Amino acid sequence: MTHSIKTLPLFSAVATALALQAAPADAAKKEKCYGVAKAGENGCAAGPGTTCAGTSTVDYQGNAWTLVESGTCLDIPLPAMADGAPRTPSLEALPRDLPS
Amino acid sequence: MTVTQTTFRSAILDSQQDRPLGLSDAEGQPAGRRFDVYRNNVAVSLTDALATGFPTIAKLIGDENFNAIAGIFLRQSPPASPLMMHYGAGFPDFLRDFEPLAHLGYLGDVADLELALRQSYHAADTPPIEPDALAAIPPEQLGDVTFTFAPAVLAFQSPWPLHAIWAFNMQDGPKPEAIAQDVIILRPEFDPEPHALPPGGYVCLTSLRAGDTLGVAATKATEAAATFDLGALLTLLMSGNALTSITIST
Amino acid sequence: MYDAPHPPKGLPNLPGVGYKPQHYNDLIANPGSVGWLEVHAENYMGDGGRPIAQLRELTKRFPISVHGVGLSIGGEGPLDSAHLARLKHLVDWLNPTVFSEHLAWSTHDGAFLNDLLPLPYTEDTLTRVCDHIDELQTTIGRQMMLENPSSYLAFDESTLSEPDFLREVAKRTGCGLLLDVNNVFVSATNLNYDPKQYISDYPLEHVREIHLGGHDEDEDDHGKPLLIDSHGAPIVDPVWALLDHTLALSGPRPILIEWDTDVPEWPILHAEAERAETALSKVTA
Repeated sequence: MTHSIKTLPLFSAVATALALQAAPADAAKKEKCYGVAKAGENGCAAGPGTTCAGTSTVDYQGNAWTLVESGTCLDIPLPAMADGAPRTPSLEALPRDLPS
Repeated sequence: MTVTQTTFRSAILDSQQDRPLGLSDAEGQPAGRRFDVYRNNVAVSLTDALATGFPTIAKLIGDENFNAIAGIFLRQSPPASPLMMHYGAGFPDFLRDFEPLAHLGYLGDVADLELALRQSYHAADTPPIEPDALAAIPPEQLGDVTFTFAPAVLAFQSPWPLHAIWAFNMQDGPKPEAIAQDVIILRPEFDPEPHALPPGGYVCLTSLRAGDTLGVAATKATEAAATFDLGALLTLLMSGNALTSITIST
Repeated sequence: MYDAPHPPKGLPNLPGVGYKPQHYNDLIANPGSVGWLEVHAENYMGDGGRPIAQLRELTKRFPISVHGVGLSIGGEGPLDSAHLARLKHLVDWLNPTVFSEHLAWSTHDGAFLNDLLPLPYTEDTLTRVCDHIDELQTTIGRQMMLENPSSYLAFDESTLSEPDFLREVAKRTGCGLLLDVNNVFVSATNLNYDPKQYISDYPLEHVREIHLGGHDEDEDDHGKPLLIDSHGAPIVDPVWALLDHTLALSGPRPILIEWDTDVPEWPILHAEAERAETALSKVTA
């Protein structure tokens, strides 16, 4: 295996990787806006009073509940079905984009 | 009348249950809505934790759907540990198994990605290799090097355009195209960043992480994808401070 | 009873603020009236990354108070040994000036409910809370402070008042107390008692830190006021007045401004710290 790889343009490719290195980490730098820092913080503040999520009477079994059509999943375009009909706003498993 | 924590907990998580007896206001009347303060604190704080932890899922299905689904999940799977940074580990599989969402087959993979971003954010700090460490290896020995990786580096395979779905929702990226995309999360400094892996990249990475030499890993990747570009992968890994040691295996 | 190996360290009798990452650069550039910081223990229990890097920098510049929000000291079950070990690890590397936790429970039967849930004030609860505080203080090798809760309801089975309960805990365990003046105001309003009388009954000699925060207003089934300890609003004037009343009896103490939801820009938070500084100056002058 090691011998066969040496016939590939392995090492010229490696050279392009060499000049790149990220800056050292700085604790003071602003967070990027992914919100990961806010995710899962512990706190000791109380919530918003006596109504809403805690006393909601939604059927939490899930079987009597239906999805409201909303969100960006509706904007994700999909190829038409083989018969030309548009797909539902969902993605089906797609073929891996590999060269044949 | 003793109110046990078993009773208290059960009534908090199920608002169909009666409020426990033995809880009162200042005049000795039943606590009524006063008990709902705790029901709300628990449900809202856990829903918020899921919403901040899975913002792409919330955008994909909309806040109303998300809050309803979070309400179901948090009652089935309240946190098992006081570390909220880890809450929601079971959410990707919950989404995969949740019948009303079955037509959105990619949600579980997107939730895995969001969970991994948090995991990467809190992963241990490890100094990366020096920029010239790879250049210092004699070319004839490059095929024999092995690497270790920073714990903040995480990768997945997906049959969906996983990176594009994330970028479309979180970075105003273009609409996803119907392709399969593997993703690597890198944390060059303190902010984890998802990147789409080029063809063969996941195979090469998995092989390297298993301890294979660069030569073996590159061969496996080329067998999986003829267009595999080792330079592109190494550039990605170097720029993401992903490599923490380099060794020439003998 | 926990016998501290060394005399416990103390925070300075200055205002502090609950640390929020968005204020990091403001705090480093000019902390103004702020003399110390408090952090929630559980947010610094990851393996690394920015939270821990920031805390390592902050502890070079400020006395740090570590405030646990997840140990469930009032839990009916045993303390979570894995969590105790995490607390010990944090306290060992950070060596904070003080450590505090809540008179509350949050974990039962393996589920952490992410809220500070209430306890009946009985002999059984007292024994359990004291055992858990002994275990914690022994594990981390230092004194802790216990904080009074915000109450929204009362347990019919309670036989002790909250000040008496806390006095007995401090006596039996040697722990210090963290007096949350906003919580006193919230509980007194919700359960219809006089907050000044509560302060008079409270064992102020054990208080080593004071908390102040904002609350929200709601109402119960009978239209009576129900205050919620939201930490999401400015501190109201009656709470500042109750602080003055407390400091006049206790003398100066370290005072923390807690603002955890709808966190404002630094100047607004700092203005609350300045107001605490003014309150302190009245008792130190």
